[in-house]
Parts: sequence; structure tokens; C-alpha cells
Amino acid sequence: MNDVRVAGVGLTHFGRHPERTGRDLFAEAALAAREEAGVARDAYEGIHYGNFMGALAERQGHQGPLMAEAAGLDCPATRHESACASAGVAVREAVHAIRAGEQDVLLAGGMERMTNLPTTEVTESLAIAADELFEVRAGMTFPGAYALMARAYFEEYGGSREDLAHIAVKNHANAVPNEYAQYRREVTVEDALNSQPIATPLHLFDACPITDGASAVVLVSGDYADEHGLDAPVSITGTGQGGDNLALQDRESLSQTPAAEKAATAAYDDAGIGPDDVDVAEVHDCFTIAEVLALEGLGLFEPGAAISAAREGVTTRDGRLPVNLSGGLKAKGHPVGATGGAQIVEMTKLLRGDHANSDALSNPKVGVTHNAGGTVASAVVHVLEVDR
Amino acid sequence: MTDAGYDEWLSAVGDGEGFYLACPDGHGSLPPRRTCPHCGAMELEEQPLPDSGTVETFTEVHVAGPDFASQAPYVTAIASFGRVRLTGVLRGATDDERPNPSVGDSVDVGTAENPDTGDTMLVFRPR
Repeated sequence: MNDVRVAGVGLTHFGRHPERTGRDLFAEAALAAREEAGVARDAYEGIHYGNFMGALAERQGHQGPLMAEAAGLDCPATRHESACASAGVAVREAVHAIRAGEQDVLLAGGMERMTNLPTTEVTESLAIAADELFEVRAGMTFPGAYALMARAYFEEYGGSREDLAHIAVKNHANAVPNEYAQYRREVTVEDALNSQPIATPLHLFDACPITDGASAVVLVSGDYADEHGLDAPVSITGTGQGGDNLALQDRESLSQTPAAEKAATAAYDDAGIGPDDVDVAEVHDCFTIAEVLALEGLGLFEPGAAISAAREGVTTRDGRLPVNLSGGLKAKGHPVGATGGAQIVEMTKLLRGDHANSDALSNPKVGVTHNAGGTVASAVVHVLEVDR
Repeated sequence: MTDAGYDEWLSAVGDGEGFYLACPDGHGSLPPRRTCPHCGAMELEEQPLPDSGTVETFTEVHVAGPDFASQAPYVTAIASFGRVRLTGVLRGATDDERPNPSVGDSVDVGTAENPDTGDTMLVFRPR
């Protein structure tokens, strides 16, 4: 099986760019990744591209070929849609193709344009990731869905809004040095607790922002990297995907995310590691409670134990296991279809040592990324390792 | 828009004749279904929905989409009715009364018209 190396990474600034087209956003990220990789244009054999709501935000379907053009490439391109896990799925498909020996050089990533729509329309658009008949028609919004999970979690394991506030504080602090992040400002526990309610028990500072942005990674086979002398020390050594019933009401538990557990188990087995080997994690904190669910799903904490991890300093930048050093979705921003690719970008830099927050880590070897779709009816986990 | 299977189920709930689909292994689900979402069984049989449900979790939604714009804040809840859970809008005991739910509350299920869309929606009321 061929190993998969990350040869180049690129991001746009994550934030409010309502005037910019999706094709321009993806072009910026793709060209940055291509420049870093230094791979010849005609070597690219395909593009795996994630996007969730482009048909609503830009009235644009069939985005694969459009984004190939934008990236300046002439190769087959496919759009992958798995709600907020779209780019995670796109990266995973590229990993599969390279491992199978079918292809040696692929571009993967994603894009979302969101702030060109009013907030009510974004709320409506995000809700299409839920079950239209049984959830959306009963008023379930995207924040509302995570609020239902948060209350169920509190009922089962305990925890408080203050515990969640510490996650927001941590991720905002991590975003300050990250030039790509949407919110580069610190917040306090009091700020979070006093922010307006969105869907109780979640308030504004529990929620990720609405974000425009794009991500791209150039993935190559180990053989290609060696033959062409590429500087690509980071490999994707594990990939896993899990699924669950779409509607929360059909899940066995409302306070755990078994799709993430399945994805993590598969990714760890694939890489030949266990959760104890993980030095650093980028997880899908679309809401503060989602970080808790992610860390427990990844097996990094026992069920009921991750709620206090930020408050106790375990997951802060100077803690035992730094989580979301990028700022996470919470503060870096969440352009839905780009997020899974952005996690690979951030983790690659953290492992290479050229991230704005690299000084928080001492010789990290193993990083894990966790990308979730909807209320984690889809989950994609990747293990990245650095060779140095 | 017509959603065959779902529309009939919602009407039945509104008429007090709610049902769910039971598979041979005892899992419950809601129509339209051809397979059990828990085990894949294809033999599904209609069973009457219990009269009373229990609130498992709820949220008061303050930022609504266009389909609920005039109703915010409103409460969405998930309640268990025997072998199935339902998701609905939780109202007060009367239309004038603001809902004040707790996990574990007993609720009835029925339907009401969504004033923003004119569609029929699932509604819980305290028992």
C-alpha cells in the first residue's frame, strides 16, 4: 500500500468575505497549496472537493469542474457533500485513491461561501443537514440540534454552561496568533455566559461563526515524493469514517456520537496507534458541546470526562493534550465545506513546526483530526504523523 | 408538497390515531420506511403510539429560520413514546401559556398549523 504524504497546504483567510465568489476563494487556497507543493501542473490526476450549500448560497451546482478551472488544473474533479464533513470525506477519497496505487498526485479540500446570505437564510440552509420531515419541520435548527444534545449530556453526565464557556475561552485564545482565523480576540468566561441565547442551553459564544473560506491540500504518494525530491515530512497514516441515523430521535444515545467512535477506531487501527499516542488534536467544535462529544468519541476521554477538560487546563495550549490550537471552528471559523480540509492544513503545520502555535508543542509526532457532519451522522477521522 | 407516507402518519397523529412501525426484533421507527433503521429488517408492522410521552431533551430556540420566524422563542423537544422518539414543538398547556418544560415531563402529542408556513407540524403539550 502506498503511503500518502502532504506535499502542500493552502488556506484563505476565514471570515466575512461576502463579495468574493466561491471559485475565487477556492482558487486562492488551491494555488497556495500548489505553490508550496511545487508539483508540475500536468502531474495532477484529480480533485476531491468538499462543498455543502453552494447550490443554495450561489445557485451553483456541478462545482467540481468549476473548481478545477479555478485551481488552474485540467483533471477530473468531483464535489463531495456530507454536510460539515464534506472536505473530510474529500480528503479521505483522495487518500484511498493514492493508497490503491491508482493515482499519485491529487488536490483535495473544500470551500463554502455563506455570509452573502442573511443569517435567517444561513440558518435555513444549515438545517438541511438535518432530517427535513422529522426534525426541521419541528423547528430544529443546527444550533438547536446541538442544544438538544447538550442538555441530554448535562442530564446524563452533569456539566454546566460554565464548563462550555471555558472551551470558548480556550479556542478564542488559540486563534489570536492565527492569521487565518475569523476571531483573533480573547473572550472571558463572563463574556460567554452573558452572551445572548441562541438555542438554550447554548448561547452566542458557544457557537461557531458564519464564515466564508476555502482549504486545499496536495496529496502525493510516498514514491512520487521520493522520486521528485519533495519536502513532505507529514503523512496521513490513518483514515476512518463512521455513520449513524440521520435524525437525533433515532439514535440510541443523545449524548454520545458513535459515528465518531467508529471513525476513530478505524483510523487508529489503520495507523497502528491508539488514543494514548495522540499528541495534538483538531476537532469539530461547531459548538462548544461538540468539542466535548468529539473528544469522548475519539477515545481521548472517558464518557462524561471531557466536559471539564478545558476548565481544568488539560486541553489548553499548555495542557497535556492541546485541542484546537488553530482556534477550532469556534474561533477560526467554519466555512462548512472547507473545514475538514482546513483541519488537515492546520495539523500539517502543527506537526511540521511552522504553525503560529507550534511553540505550544514539544516534538509532536501524532496528530488527529475529527470532522463531523450534521449532528455527527457522518464523521471522518484522520491520523497524521511526521517523519523527522 | 406531498410526502406520501409521512403526510398520512402526521394526519393520523392529529386524529389521535398515531402509530409507529415495529420490526420483528422490537425496534420502532416512523414512516415512510421500507426497512428498520436499526437492524435492516423488512417486515414492519403498524403498532399504536402510546398516548403519553416523556421529554428527554428540549431547547428554547431564539434564532429561528424563516419557517419559524414569527414564533421565536419557541421550544423544540425530543420525547420518547415507547419504542420511538418524536421531535416536536412543545407548547404550553394552553395557547396563551408559555411552555416551561423539564426533562422527564409527560406530554401528549398532536398536530397544529405552523403559522409561518401553513404546514402541519407535530406539537407536544404537557399532560
